[in-house]
Amino acid sequence: MRPFEFQRATSESEAIAAAAAGARYLAGGTTLVDLMREEVETPEKVVDINRLPLNYIRATDEAIVIGALARMSEVAANQDVRRLQPLIPETLTEGASPQLRNVASIGGNLLQRVRCPYFRMLDAACNKRVPGSGCSAIGGLNAGHAILGTSEHCAATHPSDLAVSLVALDATLLLKGPRGERAIPVTDLFRLPEATPHLEHTLEPGELIAEIRIPNGPYARKARYLKVRDRSSYEFALVSAAAALHIEDGLVKEARIAAGGVGTRPWRMNAVEAALLGKPASRISYEAAAAVSTEGTRPLSGNGYKVKLLPATIVRALEMAGEVA
Amino acid sequence: MADALSEISLTRRTVLQVSGGAAALAVLPEVVGSAYAQAPTEGARDAVEVSFTVNGTATDLRVDPRLSVLDMLRERLSLTGTKKGCNQGACGACTVLIDGKRVNACLALAVMYDGATITTIEGVADGETLHPLQAAFIEHDAFQCGYCTSGQIMSGLGCIREGHASSAEEISYWMSGNICRCGAYPGIVAAVAQAAKEDRT
Repeated sequence: MRPFEFQRATSESEAIAAAAAGARYLAGGTTLVDLMREEVETPEKVVDINRLPLNYIRATDEAIVIGALARMSEVAANQDVRRLQPLIPETLTEGASPQLRNVASIGGNLLQRVRCPYFRMLDAACNKRVPGSGCSAIGGLNAGHAILGTSEHCAATHPSDLAVSLVALDATLLLKGPRGERAIPVTDLFRLPEATPHLEHTLEPGELIAEIRIPNGPYARKARYLKVRDRSSYEFALVSAAAALHIEDGLVKEARIAAGGVGTRPWRMNAVEAALLGKPASRISYEAAAAVSTEGTRPLSGNGYKVKLLPATIVRALEMAGEVA
Repeated sequence: MADALSEISLTRRTVLQVSGGAAALAVLPEVVGSAYAQAPTEGARDAVEVSFTVNGTATDLRVDPRLSVLDMLRERLSLTGTKKGCNQGACGACTVLIDGKRVNACLALAVMYDGATITTIEGVADGETLHPLQAAFIEHDAFQCGYCTSGQIMSGLGCIREGHASSAEEISYWMSGNICRCGAYPGIVAAVAQAAKEDRT
C-alpha cells in the first residue's frame, strides 16, 4: 500500500472541503482498503467520515430514510425497514458476508468498484484503471460480464445488489457538496461506460452521499430479490432481479423491476413493467413480459447464457413477489 | 545469523519464507523489505496516535495509517492467534470482534477504529477454561489443519450473538464468510449449533 495522509473528519463541512481538495472518502473501507492494498487505488489523502452523524434510520408513512453511514447489517436488521421495505433487508442479506455487512456502509455500497478481474490485475489492460489502455475482458474471460449497456471500452457489471433494489424502488439520494445540497434519483448516480469507463458516477468533486430515501409505494411490501450465483451465499450475482408488485383483483396495477449482473449499471426494466400493467398476476403474464427484457442485449464470447438466464430470473422473482401475503 | 534475525524481529511468515533452503538467504534483504511494507511500524511518516482495549487490556500505539488491525494485532501486539489468510476480506481467517461485532481485521485500518474494544481468540477462554464454543470445536472435530479455526470461532461467536444459529441451514448461511479449505464444515456447523443451544439454556 502506498503511503497516504490520514484525516479524521469531525464535521461534514470539514470532510467535504478535504474531498473537494482531492481526498478520498473512507467509510467502511471494505472496498477502498482492499483496492489501496492492491495499488489499484492510490489516493494521496484519505478522509475518514465515520464520526459524522450520518448513521441513522428514520421511518415515516411516506418513506424510509437511511443515513449513508448506516451499516448493511444494521439496515437489514431494522424492524421498520423489515416491515415497510422488506426488499431491502432481503437484498442486503444476499450480499457480501456477515463480517463485511457489519462494516460496509450503505453509501459506500453504491460506490463500490467493479469486480472484473482485469480491473485488479495491474499488468492487464483496463480502460477503467488506466484510460486508453484497452479492455482485456472483451476478448478474454468474460463469463461474468454485462450484456446490457456495454461499450467497446468496458463490459464490467455493477456489483451492488442494493443498487438494483434501490433503482427498482425509485429511491433518491441526498448529496452534500461544496456548492450545497441536491437530490437525485439513485438511477442517475451511475454512468454508462461509453468511451470513458473510468468515470463511474455523476458525483461532483467533493460531493458526499448523505442519505438515501426510499418511498413506501403500494408495491413495496410485495417485493422480492432473487440472486442467481455460482454458490448459495457470499458470491456476486450472475443474474439477479428485484421485483415489486401492486396487485388488485388479481391484476397487476403497478410493477417495479430491475436486474443486476447483466448491466454496466443497475438495470431498470421499464419495458417489462409496461408489459405487465393490467395483466393477470400469473406465470403466463410474467413469462410474456420477461421476454421483453432481452431486447438490446449484446452478449460477449463467454456470457451468452445470461440472455436466457435474465428472463428466467425475472419470471421467478415476479412469482416470488406475487406469492408474498 | 540467529542474532541478526531476531534483531529485525522477523515474522513467522517471513521465517517460513526464508527457511526454504540456503538459496533463500540471498533474497533475505528483499524479504525483510516486503515484511516492513506489509506491516508499517512506529516512526513512519504521518503516524497517528490510537488507543484500543484489546482482550481487556488498554493499549496506546502510534501507527502508520496503512496498518491494518490484523497486522497491528500480530506484529505490534504479538497476538498471533488471529490469522492472515487472503488479506483481502474473502476468507474470514482474520475475523475478530470489534465493539462486539465480527469483522475482517485485514480490511480494518487501525486508525479507523481508535477507541474501539477488540476481542481476539486469545481473549475468548476464561483462564484455563475453554469457552463453550472452543470446547465444542474440539468435541466435534471442527478442524483439520486449524489455520481457519480462530476465525471460525470468532465468527461463530458473532453468529450466535446475532441470533443466526437456530438451524444447520441458518448457520451455514451466516458462517459463509469463513472458508475452510480442509472442508471441516459439518463439524463447524455442529459446534456452533451446540454452543448456541448451550447459550440459550
